[in-house]
Amino acid sequence: MSSLDKAEIQKIAWLARLAIDEGDMAGYSRDLSNILKLVEQMNSIDTTTVDPLAHPLELNARMRPDQVTESNQREKFQACAPAIKDGLYLVPKVID
Amino acid sequence: MAWETVIGLEIHVQLSTRSKIFSGAATAYGAPPNTQACAIDLGLPGVLPVLNVEAVRKAIKFGLAIEATIANHSVFARKNYFYPDLPKGYQISQYEMPIVSRGKLAIILDDGTSKTIGITRAHLEEDAGKSLHEDFHGMTGIDLNRAGTALLEIVSEPEMRSAREAAIYMKKVHTLVRYLNISDGNMQEGSFRCDANVSIRPMGEAKLGTRTEIKNLNSFRFVEQAILHEINRQREILETGGQVAQETRLYDPDRNETRTMRSKEEANDYRYFPDPDLLTVAISPGDIELIRVELPELPDAKRQRFIGEYALTEYDSDYLTANREIADYFEQTASAALTVYASASQPHNHNTAKLSANTIMGELSAALNKHNLDITSSPVSPEMLGGMIRRIEDNTISGKIAKQVFEAMWNGEGDADTIIASRGLRQVTDSGMLEALVTEVINAYPDQVDQYRAGKDKVLGFLVGQIMKKSQGKANPQQVNDILREKLKP
Repeated sequence: MSSLDKAEIQKIAWLARLAIDEGDMAGYSRDLSNILKLVEQMNSIDTTTVDPLAHPLELNARMRPDQVTESNQREKFQACAPAIKDGLYLVPKVID
Repeated sequence: MAWETVIGLEIHVQLSTRSKIFSGAATAYGAPPNTQACAIDLGLPGVLPVLNVEAVRKAIKFGLAIEATIANHSVFARKNYFYPDLPKGYQISQYEMPIVSRGKLAIILDDGTSKTIGITRAHLEEDAGKSLHEDFHGMTGIDLNRAGTALLEIVSEPEMRSAREAAIYMKKVHTLVRYLNISDGNMQEGSFRCDANVSIRPMGEAKLGTRTEIKNLNSFRFVEQAILHEINRQREILETGGQVAQETRLYDPDRNETRTMRSKEEANDYRYFPDPDLLTVAISPGDIELIRVELPELPDAKRQRFIGEYALTEYDSDYLTANREIADYFEQTASAALTVYASASQPHNHNTAKLSANTIMGELSAALNKHNLDITSSPVSPEMLGGMIRRIEDNTISGKIAKQVFEAMWNGEGDADTIIASRGLRQVTDSGMLEALVTEVINAYPDQVDQYRAGKDKVLGFLVGQIMKKSQGKANPQQVNDILREKLKP
């Protein structure tokens, strides 16, 4: 896993919907592989006594009461949308 | 070959919070498009989600009701995929450390046996928006009002063995979330929907077969039909030497068939990771206890109590506890019917309880169905119905006359006592009057009387009918029977 080949780079790019130039492929492969190597290096540390951490801040979430605090601002939001109709946002056709 | 079916369900329940799970936008159903979609729901840059405490409380309530483990620490994760009904490019869900894990729910199968279904986990997540595929000049319309609505996804173990079992389990979960008041359970509005994982394997085989996932199941009937159809489809493939492809299929209720939605090769790689925008949710034992004391009596406990306390049959008890509103209506009716009998030594009169159950399951539910009404909006209140049953029980009216009284109450003519008085429906129990009626009928039908005396017992029913008719239904049928038999003795 420490080295990513071209096919893996292409798959990751597709999952993130990124278009990558053929010429940049080698560079991405090297950089991402280096990141994986760093992670592997950390794997060698004994962490059996350390609790897993979901977030770098060791704080617990503050929650909000169940109250409606937002009003309808559709006009404002839709002013910057490329296409709207009858209150809907229009996007290129998607088929399930 | 004999095949065994293996089914697991993922049920999505919209939690009935006023605001969304991570934003203060409203969740009311049916608002004009995008009027309840705020900057957070739209995934605009610079916004931060803040968790709604009520969504957490409702999830814990469910967890307690299925005797599950409630996490001390629970984590939200990003589930990454690109679809326009989810503008952020990911759904906030839970992956590791879901709020509820390892619960169980007992269901009662059609043959009366009980079976426990394991619930792997129940996690919190946000709902997506809606895509409208009508023709917008080749575009798709997006309504994000639903985006961010709190969902509880309830994942069962693959422990159901037939389509029917799956439907029974789904109904049970539906009953439970309504009892707990954590969801309105409205299936037409999409508050309660289900995906089914279905596979088959040769009977006795330990290894699971390749499964397909059926999406878009929003009624109990569809779940059963879709799974039945899918079982047959898989069996045909396997029995002709083919292989089932692991894929997601969509159920089409109009054609009663499933069709491929996406194959495993195209399956999404969601790349879950903890959402850096949200901190760990800490839940203390004290928090959990505060919620536990709020739990209502649950369906199974209520069902058992009805059988014990009111001496109802299992069938009646099942019917009356299927939802909380009917159960409450029954108990109020039974206690209103009981007033004259109630005492410390006899807190419940089983006969009035049974009469209450019968009337609710009979006349009342027929009338509600006919007028398409919910029991909570019945024009006949439990107190009125109980009052009527009291008058059957104390012999003021017969069961037959009660049907008239019920109809009059339904039509707003007042309570039972008012109607009995104004329509003169009081049952005739005066034996002198009844004897006169009996004599009249005996004299009017000498042929039938002879037939009866010659041994044709059935004729008695005819004679009783004539007497009842003469009394306009008001004679006490039992008394009429006794007097008639006595008079016809040779």
